[in-house]
Amino acid sequence: MHNNKYLQEEIIRISGVNPSKCMRCGKCSATCPAYDEMEYHPHQFVNMVESGDIEPLLNSESLYKCLSCFACIDRCPRGVQPAKVVEAVRLTAIRKKGANRMTADAVPAMVDEDTPQQLLVSAFRKYTK
Amino acid sequence: MQRVGVFVCWCGTNIAGTVDVVAVAEALKSEPGVVFSANYQYMCSQAGQDMIKEAIKEHKLTGIVVCSCSPRMHEATFRKTAAAAGLNPYMVEIANIREQCSWVHKDMLTGTEKAIILGKAAIAKVNLNAPLTPGESPVTKRALVIGGGIAGIQTALDIADAGFPVDIVEKKPTIGGKMAQLDKTFPTLDCAACILTPKMVDVAQHDKIRIFSYSEVTEVNGFVGNFDVTIKKNARYVKEDVCTGCGACVEKCPMKRIPNEFNLGMDNRPAIYIPFAQAVPKVATIDPNACNMLKNGKCGVCSKVCAAGAIDYTQKDEYINEKYGAIVVATGFNPISMDKFDEYAYNQSKDVITSLEFERLTNAAGPSAGKLLRPSDGKHPHTIVFVQCVGSRCESCAEKGKEYCSKICCMYTAKHAMLTRDKYPDTEVYVFYIDVRTPGKNFDEFYRRAVEEYGVKYVKGMVGKVVPEGDKLKVQASDLIANKQLHIDADLVVLAAAIEPDKSARPLATMLTASMDTNDFFTEAHPKLRPVESPTAGVFLSGACQGPKDIPETVSQAGAAASKVIGLLAKDKLTGNPCVANSNELMCNGCSSCANVCPYGAITYEDKEFRMPDRTTKVRRVAVVNPAVCQGCGACTVTCPSGAMDLKGFANLQIMAEVDAICK
Repeated sequence: MHNNKYLQEEIIRISGVNPSKCMRCGKCSATCPAYDEMEYHPHQFVNMVESGDIEPLLNSESLYKCLSCFACIDRCPRGVQPAKVVEAVRLTAIRKKGANRMTADAVPAMVDEDTPQQLLVSAFRKYTK
Repeated sequence: MQRVGVFVCWCGTNIAGTVDVVAVAEALKSEPGVVFSANYQYMCSQAGQDMIKEAIKEHKLTGIVVCSCSPRMHEATFRKTAAAAGLNPYMVEIANIREQCSWVHKDMLTGTEKAIILGKAAIAKVNLNAPLTPGESPVTKRALVIGGGIAGIQTALDIADAGFPVDIVEKKPTIGGKMAQLDKTFPTLDCAACILTPKMVDVAQHDKIRIFSYSEVTEVNGFVGNFDVTIKKNARYVKEDVCTGCGACVEKCPMKRIPNEFNLGMDNRPAIYIPFAQAVPKVATIDPNACNMLKNGKCGVCSKVCAAGAIDYTQKDEYINEKYGAIVVATGFNPISMDKFDEYAYNQSKDVITSLEFERLTNAAGPSAGKLLRPSDGKHPHTIVFVQCVGSRCESCAEKGKEYCSKICCMYTAKHAMLTRDKYPDTEVYVFYIDVRTPGKNFDEFYRRAVEEYGVKYVKGMVGKVVPEGDKLKVQASDLIANKQLHIDADLVVLAAAIEPDKSARPLATMLTASMDTNDFFTEAHPKLRPVESPTAGVFLSGACQGPKDIPETVSQAGAAASKVIGLLAKDKLTGNPCVANSNELMCNGCSSCANVCPYGAITYEDKEFRMPDRTTKVRRVAVVNPAVCQGCGACTVTCPSGAMDLKGFANLQIMAEVDAICK
């Protein structure tokens, strides 16, 4: 297992989450509506950040599958806030040069009449630096 | 001037390792009042104590200073030594040169310097010490047990068997508590009622025990050995001594649709009721909020059918005053409310129940006569999901759950799962757990039997949500070991709700001035060595009011509390602590500041006549300390704006002398 101390500290700092508060109950993953889409599940994000195993998370599609619905934050009995960990890893990934998930040029092709504006705004917030 | 002896202990190398004990003894020799100074390897040993005794006699010492370990360790030892040599034990001062000096310093020079300073301070204090004599107070040889569950029952029986009268105050119409509601008990699977009800009968028949059921404690005054308690006996509108418990009234009462609290509202009871068949006392009680006669003056059926003539609609609450030597708190627990756990749909579906409700569902005397049927449609459930730790170990959501582990849930869930599989082998039983905690005799074996012999499916992970859909409950959960999300169509979901102290505990603690933790569990005097005593003298703790407990643990703690009570009641007189506050009434201006801060209620005020310089008499309000109640905490001495309050043995003057000696 690769232990990346720098990235680990960075993610803990950005998220403001203390992953060692996790008691391994799995309620976050039990509650997650995007579970089946994810390679790494919310509890794994917390546990892998705790052990410094960051690289696999950074390269995983799971980062973009999290809906940011915050159900895991609401239900975690220990106040760990897994969605914030996912968000911090995602930010770490897209902050690299050229790592934006979405470009402005690509937007018109994705939009149709039913797409709410709010979706575009939050997509930019989520997928770009 | 005192004649002070100084005794410096090496404590092997504990002190001598970082403190030059010879130099300390030498330096303290020239302090004011010191006539003798010595050092020895182990002052607390017999030889060390003999040395102190000899020195007291030989040098006619009037005070001694022992430079050794913390006074919590050996102050009592050296006080006894002094008393044996004819010196007042309160003329002994300890300078703590171990915990507060040698153990925290690495350097011999600084350690020695600090030890000398601490010694000087103690000498300065002992020079101002005065002999103190502890007071005595009598003991009322009667105990009060608050709460009539298994904890209260066991404590009362044990005290009464030792020959002391005991009163049990129970707020419900019957004693028995939570245990009376249980079906079977782990890990032996005895029937709870079969082992509890004989004890309830023993209580009822014991000539030393009185039961105040449907009653509560409303006021507590006094102190250890001499508590003065007011008990409110709520009107049950039935004459307790006349009612035979025949149940004719219960049968005929027309108001039959009142939620039955004994079955947790899963069925109904009439307005006049006896909670269960083996209730003690077996006396009917009228619910004043439901009875038509009491509310509107119309009905009176129960009175007509009662052959004994026990119904009395005019009965009033009654207040009883009684004196007690000791009080045992056995107020027990309740499951927490599930209202805030929306994700488990407790309030949306009748088929999501708590474990205590499950207990009633499987009890032969319960709402379904022991048949496990779904509360919604009365059908037999085929898939049951048990969820552990609902509200337990829940740190983030203090408004929802509890931070602690409720301790009993792992075992009762294993019991429920096992019994279900035993009675209904066609049922699939899942238990979702975070950890299975089974420390206890035959506990882990029991849990493993549920898995290995009864085929209960234990899944490591939590349930995320329960959604009622049609007549099914859609359960979405984690299986952390398989790294899967599970979707189960369940017929019944059972929540192992966290337990919390009964709501009556907090006001009771205020009345008793007994301390509680932030979870409203009563605090014990020492977590390891005095687990059944409250820090408030004369108040003892039994059962789950002190922390989550199962039945075997509760019963052993109940017995332990009883033995402490017996030890107290066996004494004719109690020796107090003479280091108590006293008020200089010439300086006291009667402002009440001290009474307001006193945590023990030891300070009262009285109007006293004073002779004035011009030979007139003036009545002034002054503080009076009850030395039997005062614990010597000193809160009043620092609060008093006029400096009238002082603590014997720790007078302001003595403390200042110590400070001066340190700063010199």
